[in-house]
Amino acid sequence: MVRITRAIDFSASLRYARAELSDDANAALFGSRARHHGHNYRLEVTLRGEPDPVTGMVLNLKDLQQILDDEIMTRFDHRDLNLDTPYFEKDPPSPENFARVIRRILIAALPDGMLDRIRLQQDEDLWVDVIEPEP
Amino acid sequence: MIELTRRYSFPAAHILTQAGLSEAENLAIYGKCANPNGHGHNYGVEVTLIGPIDERTGRILSPDLLDRIFQERIESRFARRLLNDDEAFRDRVPTAENIALVIHEVLADEVAKRSSAEVVRVKIVETRHNSCISGANA
Repeated sequence: MVRITRAIDFSASLRYARAELSDDANAALFGSRARHHGHNYRLEVTLRGEPDPVTGMVLNLKDLQQILDDEIMTRFDHRDLNLDTPYFEKDPPSPENFARVIRRILIAALPDGMLDRIRLQQDEDLWVDVIEPEP
Repeated sequence: MIELTRRYSFPAAHILTQAGLSEAENLAIYGKCANPNGHGHNYGVEVTLIGPIDERTGRILSPDLLDRIFQERIESRFARRLLNDDEAFRDRVPTAENIALVIHEVLADEVAKRSSAEVVRVKIVETRHNSCISGANA
């Protein structure tokens, strides 16, 4: 078994907010993160499997890049996570929540059992790893 | 499993010597790191946590709380100091290995006291050429 990793970079804006709370209550709960701000995210996607005996690849990196373009870049790059995506209407786009959203999208898009882990870096000093199996 | 990692750094000096050995003996073991006048590094510290995700905040641990803990327990204690002067290194050589173990223990205690998260790993990046991990495998 081997693991391969592909990384992409994208930029998005966000604010931490719970829909049921007022602006003041969100500011009290989340501090400056309740304000509109943004990050240069880096996503590392690690797949596991046996290399195909003919191609020598777990998954063609071209196909993996296409999946990442279609499923991640299109949805999130230069978007607002709260206003342009349906994932954070209730829960705030913390890196923990955002990484779990991305993980669910990739599980659905990739061949069964191929995802090993993802790392979502919000900036150079903070990141989240979701390691399979994740309930 | 989901893990949260936050990275910090602090500058500090150290001298790698064993108290019972001569300068020549320490030089033989630790090489240039045994310089009795000291030397220093910008230590990188990567702190990895696991724990239940708070439904309301979406977080394993508030990075602001972790920042406060790091400032109070690590930065104020070790930054811009000679590590050999700290009681943790009175009987232990301040190698990257021992620094990782000490920082892991201090942070694990404080994080456990102040949150429901658990420190599972601390990585010390001493230079671009060497690092040390204390704790569970990734």
